[in-house]
Amino acid sequence: MALTVESRVALRAGIAVGAATAAYGFSFGALSVAAGLDVWQTCVLSLFMFSGGSQFAVVGILASGGLAAGPAAIATGTFLGLRNGIYSLRMAPIIQGSWLKRLVAAQLTIDESTAVSLNQGTLTAQRVGFWATGLAVYIGWNLTTLMGALVGNLLGDVSKLGLDAVAAAAFVGLLWPRLRQLQASVVAAAAAIVATILIPVAPPGVPVLAAAVVAVVVGLTNWLHRPGVRDQPDDSSAPGEVPGMHVGEEKS
Amino acid sequence: MTLWLIVLLSAFGVFVIKVVGYLLPATLLSRPTPTRIANLLTVAILAALVAVQTLGGGESIVLDARIPAVVVAIGLFAVRVPFIVVVLVAGIVAALLRNFGLMA
Repeated sequence: MALTVESRVALRAGIAVGAATAAYGFSFGALSVAAGLDVWQTCVLSLFMFSGGSQFAVVGILASGGLAAGPAAIATGTFLGLRNGIYSLRMAPIIQGSWLKRLVAAQLTIDESTAVSLNQGTLTAQRVGFWATGLAVYIGWNLTTLMGALVGNLLGDVSKLGLDAVAAAAFVGLLWPRLRQLQASVVAAAAAIVATILIPVAPPGVPVLAAAVVAVVVGLTNWLHRPGVRDQPDDSSAPGEVPGMHVGEEKS
Repeated sequence: MTLWLIVLLSAFGVFVIKVVGYLLPATLLSRPTPTRIANLLTVAILAALVAVQTLGGGESIVLDARIPAVVVAIGLFAVRVPFIVVVLVAGIVAALLRNFGLMA
């Protein structure tokens, strides 16, 4: 099948983004085994959850709170996955076909595939961009998760000296591309303060969930919204530039 | 609650959200509030995770080598150093400070 120029551009973008996100998979795999999950559990998260932010959150909370923080880990991972539901709403008119095809599409509906797809000019290229990115990220993410988990197992205690700092830095990296708007930056600062205040008084996992209330309050009231800034910035300027979680940001 | 149950339930939760988005009417998108809340939720939870992973230690605030490591990471992300390099450097900063007994 001959691809149009637009579709070839979309295909290349997808593969580039897939290659770039593979590095995140490696860090996730290593962090996950350090948090106490085994290699299988780590791979199951990447295969079936397949949403980077949520996966990092689940293992991060388990690392600090242990099994007792299980319900908080599940809730936090799920709340972080809510934006995927918004992406699904966006992609639904573009992805047509059998229910099985749409089920596969749902699993591949993540920040990267949505961003690349919505960046394309024609419907065909949008579809090519979605599937190419989704599949490239899925394959790369799962392979590097396994590699990271195996390497993390080998390193054992040596790497534990700095792994808690790696986890913290990973969340900074996931957050960073989302802070271009005033509203988002204020929510981030307030959420960090709320969580910090609650650390000494609430069980592990709960401070993070409580901080989510900040987002709901500001989201409902639209406080600090600046006119002229679009409510639904759905196309990131260059998906390959900052691989990761950045669909919901302003085009710069 | 076993580790496997936590892994499977959380994975299932995220998958269900992805599927539900395909089943709901697209008219939901014309209302800005759900999208805004979903985006801000992501920001708030990630920021809270940064705070807890940097300052938390069980149920108390612990100031240790994670703080300089995160400061270094913020500086590197600000100048667009790739993710994998930044997290590695952050880990090395913390490990070195602890190895030489400079910080806990």
